[in-house]
Amino acid sequence: MCTTCGCPEEGHVHHHGEGEHVHGTKISVETDVLSKNNRYAEQNRALFRKKGIFALNLVSSPGSGKTTILERTLSDLSEKLRCAVIEGDQQTDNDARRIAATGVPVRQINTGAGCHLDAHMVGHALEELSVELDLLFIENVGNLVCPAAFDLGEAHKVVVLSVTEGEDNPLKYPQMFHAADVMLLNKSDLLPYLDFDVEKCLDMARRVSPGIKIFRLSAKTGEGMAEWYQWLRGER
Amino acid sequence: MHELSIVQGIVELCEQHSGGRPVLAVTLQIGTLSGVVPEALEFCFEAVTKGSLLEGARLEIERIEATGFCSGCDTVSRIETYFDPCPSCGALSLEIKTGEEMRVKDLEVE
Repeated sequence: MCTTCGCPEEGHVHHHGEGEHVHGTKISVETDVLSKNNRYAEQNRALFRKKGIFALNLVSSPGSGKTTILERTLSDLSEKLRCAVIEGDQQTDNDARRIAATGVPVRQINTGAGCHLDAHMVGHALEELSVELDLLFIENVGNLVCPAAFDLGEAHKVVVLSVTEGEDNPLKYPQMFHAADVMLLNKSDLLPYLDFDVEKCLDMARRVSPGIKIFRLSAKTGEGMAEWYQWLRGER
Repeated sequence: MHELSIVQGIVELCEQHSGGRPVLAVTLQIGTLSGVVPEALEFCFEAVTKGSLLEGARLEIERIEATGFCSGCDTVSRIETYFDPCPSCGALSLEIKTGEEMRVKDLEVE
């Protein structure tokens, strides 16, 4: 039915007050807007499964410490586990250089104006990396909104929140925290200098994502990193 | 501003389904929890459709209300956010049933 005039007929042209109004033929689509991304994500996921790769998608606001967490994690784990990193940023290869300094293979994706990585970009980056891997970290574009909607084929979305951010970010950005099932509360070494209420923050995270696995850590001092590594080894 | 890539996805889907015919109207179903802002979609739609089969097409957006299932009291209720408690028993952690949709429902072609 035409929602402008209520006319039930299709395939004709007639005139309303605002001018010509065309009725065409209806075609049912009923398809998810992200279906193309989701197909690429499933291809990535199938490759990860086949090769035994544990892939994680790290998401957060800019400056939460994703790259620092990765640098420390890779330095501590890459002797025993084969690791690689895909870095997503709008511009620069600064993060890829930092990762490369740890000796771990890395590919930088620059999204230009894009605010998130999609599964197609990740698929191409995978073609350039050796996929004989145990662990793949995908560091998404720093943004607590857009990357929530895009499945990359990962096993888990890992949201990083640092204690210098708002403790109510889980409620302010619920899509992202709902999409994540692991949370790293980073920069815990700064807690003595801040009014950040850890329990309040974690309660809010659990309200938005029941069952979310939470690690409180400091990539700078190493506090709490052992539990994170234990989880990585156990889940893999 | 991921609405831009969402609209690019919509245009691609519509062109695939239109059989090469110009598209007069597109109906989307967007859930209230989808994280997509209808106004931002409308804003991008005109720019992205320029030069495509969708140029000048009407964009109709149907909002889908969010509902959540409470396993505690076995009810489905309307909710506003991911963190609403069950309105019947107050329990947290409802299972989202609707509201996350981002779908092209149908097209009208010439």
